[in-house]
Amino acid sequence: MTGEGGDRARRRSNASPSPLWRRVGGGGNPSIDWPAIPPSPTLPHEGGGTTISLGRHALLADGSGAVFWPAQKTLLVADLHLEKGTAHAEHGALLPPYDTRETLARLGDVIGRYQPARVVALGDSFHAGAAARLGLEELLALRKLQDGREWIWLAGNHDPDIPKRAGGTVAHEFDLAGITLRHEPAAGRVAHEIAGHLHPAARLSIDGYSVRRRCFVGNGRRLVMPAFGAFTGGLNVLDDAFTPLFGADPISAGLSVWMLGRERLYAIAIRHLRAD
Amino acid sequence: MRARAKPPSPLRRPEPRDAVRRSEPAVALPPAFLRWFQGRGWHPRPHQLALLEKSAARRSSLLIAPTGSGKTLAGFLPSLVALAASPRGRRPASLHTLYISPLKALAVDVERNLLVPRAEMDLPIRVETRTGDTPLSRKARQRTRPPDILLTTPEQVALLLAHPDAAYLFDGLETVILDELHALAPTKRGDLLSLALARLATLAPGHIRIGLSATVARPSELRAYLAPQAGNGHMSLADLVTTASGAAPDIRMLETELPLPWAGHTTRYAASDIYAAIKAHRLSLLFVNTRSQAELMFQELWRINDDGLPIALHHGSLDAARRRKVEAAMAAGTLRAVVATSTLDLGIDWGDVDLVINIGAPKGASRLIQRVGRANHRLDEPSKAFLVPSNRFEVLECRAAIEAAAAGTHDAVSYRAGALDVLAQHIWGTACAGPFRPDDLFREVSSAAPYHHLTRAQFDRVVDFVSTGGYALKVYERYARLKPTGDGHLRLSHPRLAQQYRMNVGTIVEAPMIKIRLVGRGGGRRKPGTPRPLMGGRVLGELEEYFIEQLKVGDTFAFAGHVLRFEGLQDTEAFVSRTTDPDPMIPAYGGGKFPLSTHLAMRVRTMLATPAQWRTLPDPVREWLGVQSERSTIPDAGEVLIETFPRGAKHFLVVYPFEGRLAHQTLGMLLTRRLDRLGAKPVGFVANDYALAVWGMQDLAQMRANGRLDIGQLFAEDMLGDDLDAWLAESSLMKRTFRICAVIAGLIERRHPGKVKSGRQVTISSDLIYDVLRKHDPRHILLEAAWADAATGLLDIGRLGDFLRRIKGRIRHQPLDRVSPLAVPVLLEIGRELVYGGSAGDDILRLAADDLIKEAMQRG
Repeated sequence: MTGEGGDRARRRSNASPSPLWRRVGGGGNPSIDWPAIPPSPTLPHEGGGTTISLGRHALLADGSGAVFWPAQKTLLVADLHLEKGTAHAEHGALLPPYDTRETLARLGDVIGRYQPARVVALGDSFHAGAAARLGLEELLALRKLQDGREWIWLAGNHDPDIPKRAGGTVAHEFDLAGITLRHEPAAGRVAHEIAGHLHPAARLSIDGYSVRRRCFVGNGRRLVMPAFGAFTGGLNVLDDAFTPLFGADPISAGLSVWMLGRERLYAIAIRHLRAD
Repeated sequence: MRARAKPPSPLRRPEPRDAVRRSEPAVALPPAFLRWFQGRGWHPRPHQLALLEKSAARRSSLLIAPTGSGKTLAGFLPSLVALAASPRGRRPASLHTLYISPLKALAVDVERNLLVPRAEMDLPIRVETRTGDTPLSRKARQRTRPPDILLTTPEQVALLLAHPDAAYLFDGLETVILDELHALAPTKRGDLLSLALARLATLAPGHIRIGLSATVARPSELRAYLAPQAGNGHMSLADLVTTASGAAPDIRMLETELPLPWAGHTTRYAASDIYAAIKAHRLSLLFVNTRSQAELMFQELWRINDDGLPIALHHGSLDAARRRKVEAAMAAGTLRAVVATSTLDLGIDWGDVDLVINIGAPKGASRLIQRVGRANHRLDEPSKAFLVPSNRFEVLECRAAIEAAAAGTHDAVSYRAGALDVLAQHIWGTACAGPFRPDDLFREVSSAAPYHHLTRAQFDRVVDFVSTGGYALKVYERYARLKPTGDGHLRLSHPRLAQQYRMNVGTIVEAPMIKIRLVGRGGGRRKPGTPRPLMGGRVLGELEEYFIEQLKVGDTFAFAGHVLRFEGLQDTEAFVSRTTDPDPMIPAYGGGKFPLSTHLAMRVRTMLATPAQWRTLPDPVREWLGVQSERSTIPDAGEVLIETFPRGAKHFLVVYPFEGRLAHQTLGMLLTRRLDRLGAKPVGFVANDYALAVWGMQDLAQMRANGRLDIGQLFAEDMLGDDLDAWLAESSLMKRTFRICAVIAGLIERRHPGKVKSGRQVTISSDLIYDVLRKHDPRHILLEAAWADAATGLLDIGRLGDFLRRIKGRIRHQPLDRVSPLAVPVLLEIGRELVYGGSAGDDILRLAADDLIKEAMQRG
């Protein structure tokens, strides 16, 4: 599809439905009964969130894939890819035209829960010229979300120019209390950064079962957020694309991964992860 | 050429039975053909002459005949006779006969059966094959200068029909021969073919159809499939031609030295007895149900192959060149045994098999009869077969299958309405050939038996889907793929769409496959500790991506007759090395598991309920059932037995529906949801073909005594309502079903080798589409299509529904203080088979997350 050429993060997605409950291994039966689950040391917040520290800041990673920064009353979302369905339709793949309303509904839900004073969308909010295709109903829904709060669109590679009708203000980067918010993570070491662009996802394989989900990935200085959009897939965090950000050896790099479950986030040990 | 190496085996010798009928043929064979028959010492068989007669009268017909009865030649004979009578110079250069078979290999094999008579009678007839592997230049030539007889597959016919030249190509078509129709008709490929036939009836109104089929339970369904339906309320049927049945097959259970295991599917215990049987015969064909069983049995046999017998392996995942080699060796008579999966089930005829050994339960009576028919292709001699049950329950099933074969009863294939995703593909293809009028196309489509009941409203919705996606939200009008012309036709809006159709034709949506390649030698000396460079060696075959995904470097598994060590994944290839390990760590990969047929299940239930029949069973099985009747109970054939008992710290509920693994898994999902709501704290369940075991923390017998649990309510049919709906929302099986529909219907594109790096890289995951569609357009036609598939496919909801209705008021609950003999096999599946627990993948996440916590909380 055009608009996506050469961009691995977009071309990949978790397409094959994981056969979640297939037992492959013989020998032993560790999975007859799931062990009782002790209470988690990091108590899940409403929305299944988990506290993640970046520098000296405490961020709340939400189960939806958004981040709420309580001290700044700011909500962050990455890679909404609104109107991705219509972008495909232009090229003959008539995907359901409901992705924008679904994404905005999810966004509305998380805004409703945190009531942020400011929302920052970390780029690729509009898929390939989508702002022009945005239907009236969807546009109104978006404006309603923007009502009464500061709204900042960071420019991404899919939406370098964000038109006026999308509301809000447009920026390339945004610094907030010593943390840089940008679309594409900067190469090499950074001070403190939150970015999107890569659509991180992780595959977990344990005792012959396998599950693939979107995830947050970070190392205490840098946090890469999962794509928020309804039609966005994911790129495995063990893919080479992450090497410039976190180094070649994820374990020694002190990498942390939080996978999105149905109702909450799960912190997962790197050694359980598998490449695709 | 193999055609020369071996004469067509079906006609090996004359049959005395035919002599009487031969005196009164209504249509005589032309002298040249008679001389050819006589020159080989053969006589035409009655069914061969009967088809000739039907063809002369221009009547479509269904020939039902067992393997080895000269069925293939019978199908071709009318065309050969007709073409011989009008040499090429004196007739228009057009396609006379289209032969369609489900298998590419079959089309190759039939070329052999057809080319021999053609060559020996020196008939001026041009025969060609057309498959996906045919070079493009020849394909193009076949359109402009068609052969007299074209051998091809359903997908290729669809492609030919989608070409603007289709009307010209098929103009003079006289005969369509449909081989292995019993295998094709009840599938989506059969739906696609039925629509192609309807199109052909429009382009070549005079053509007739000859269907060739193995014995089936309900021939009338295949006869209806062959006949155009008028839409006047009653079904038109093609004529029926049958043969006198041959000698009854000699099917027995293999007697083994070691006792029958309680559970499992390896059949390892019988390996030495199987080996002895192979030694005592000329060429044995060993059928197993899954590829991993084939690998395992192959390993076992070679482990004890002291005589070095040439024993080969054949299954669908192996490299095609390796398979062709085995087939050629079989035909040449240089093998003593072949271990095979269903890839050899269909009527391909390679070599002189004198013994069929069916390993594991046969699962269906018709499949068994077909497999057994592979031994001894002479109607007047009985085929010989051994059945080898792999556990105690399978003894009952083997016995039931032997009785079904003796009684000549078959599994009924359930009637299914033509799939809507296939219809969408066909409408798209029709538009590729040229503009069409919806009114005409509707009439044409409903003349195909599977689409006989299609309403105009459904048809219009599918047309709308092809055109604009069929969404309730009408926003894609400007991107419509079909545009109206001024005169009431619809035409393709862009030529690119025809290309897109060609790339995505067909109804077989394979799981993405990964090539298995041996690590090559070389790469020089390695420093210790550095990973071995992955250099390409020989390709052994391919396996599903999802299997490979779960391997980690160092895991071993059996494949292509070796135990292999997984070395790593590079692009779309998995690199492996050979190991000397006797036992693979990862024993199973999926594929080819057939569910127990309804017919055999009924026979097994009846046998179980009738102790008088137990005397035909081996001693350990009889004893097992005897103890069951003392300790618990034996249910009547019309009842379902439910046992509850404590074991360890858990409480078990075991139910014995005999409805096959798929239906049991669905039932397990629904029961655990229901038990959870009732506070029974279910923990997990496991299913096999016969039974389902659910376990939890609460004593169900006590709950029942307290009035907190009503067993009748627990199994009430309404579980197929909201519970099912809620579960389906998350079910990965439903998502897989949806993906297949979405690919067939053309919503998402097929993955093409070379075009994309791996299956995961499609632009948008079908799972995401499914989720969004379910939420925002729950009545969308693709969801309807996926639901219809789920009812018969991976979830077997249809069969589960029948079961719940059947047992209403016929549940016998037996509370026990400990596990019953009957429950042992299914409980032993725990740890070998799928175990389900809680809801979807979150449990895995939870498990791994807690692991991390333990790791973090560890001191020191």
